[in-house]
Amino acid sequence: MKITVAGTEKQVADGITVAQLIEDEKVETPQYVTVTVNDEFVESGKFAETVIHEGDSIEFLYFMGGGSNGSDK
Amino acid sequence: MALTNEQIERYSRHIILKEVGAKGQKKLLNAKVLIIGAGGLGAPAALYLAAAGVGTIGIADADEVDLSNLQRQVIHSTADIGKPKVQSAKESMEAINPDVKVITYHKFLTSDNILDIIKDYDFILDGTDNFPAKFLINDACVMAKKPFSHAGIIRFKGQLMTYVPGEGPCYRCVFRDPPPKDAVPTCKQAGVIGAMGGVIGSLQAMEAVKYIIGQGKLLTGSLLTYDALSMTFHKIQLPRDTSTCPVCGTHPTITKLIDYEQTVCEGVGL
Ligand SMILES: [Zn+2]
Repeated sequence: MKITVAGTEKQVADGITVAQLIEDEKVETPQYVTVTVNDEFVESGKFAETVIHEGDSIEFLYFMGGGSNGSDK
Repeated sequence: MALTNEQIERYSRHIILKEVGAKGQKKLLNAKVLIIGAGGLGAPAALYLAAAGVGTIGIADADEVDLSNLQRQVIHSTADIGKPKVQSAKESMEAINPDVKVITYHKFLTSDNILDIIKDYDFILDGTDNFPAKFLINDACVMAKKPFSHAGIIRFKGQLMTYVPGEGPCYRCVFRDPPPKDAVPTCKQAGVIGAMGGVIGSLQAMEAVKYIIGQGKLLTGSLLTYDALSMTFHKIQLPRDTSTCPVCGTHPTITKLIDYEQTVCEGVGL
């Protein structure tokens, strides 16, 4: 089936879960990623049980620090 | 207050824009923006906001300029090494534009002082590098009903979002709690390309200017990501429903500011 991941169309297996997609997409620090499906948050405890459907749009949102390096300098 | 002849010339490229005009330029001259962190993000933002004639710019940072900062923190020079970053930033901004009044805060922002500092400002820029500070700034801005721009940069990537009270999600809507220390790579560990601060910090300055002049659409309700290697910008639509957020939701459970990292020598670093 076709889904959209981070704005790009992708072909994935039918019935794939959010947890499987995180693995397939090699998401960095997967335990701290925020996920939306069709612009709604998926609770982090529910990645394994959340099934993705044809046409769904999935986004991964990552923690990003950066800026001034005050505390570690 | 009328613009002087010198101001009309200095800001002529602004004034000629129909979205700015003399009216918008006066708004900028009367505006107060606080930049937290005079580093990779804060440096370019401060330079552009000073050049734009933002009348009062606050700059907060507890650090001194270090040689390893100069690869990206373009407001500081080699001669500034060892000087407080806020002092070096103030000198650069005043050299660019004597119209600007710069107020420096050479300290860590904590739950004890942040509300008192942000209360005088119209818009706040988060240019900090660490998550305790980012959550502190978010929560303080939500509680004090202050708009702010959040941003982060690492390696060849950057992202930003804008919070305006009542107009969409806050940072904590997206990320509930700070990650454990060292669980997520930082710039120091992972590196960052210098120009990334220029791209994302300038976008933060752009959001501040748009907010002040009241033009265009802000990054409220969305997170803009930038990947320099694939040279793509991607705008992620954020969920509209903020009701369950622990700080900006309808029944907030966080009603007091939190200092996530409290070590003896550190406090919340900027
Ligand atoms: Zn929120």
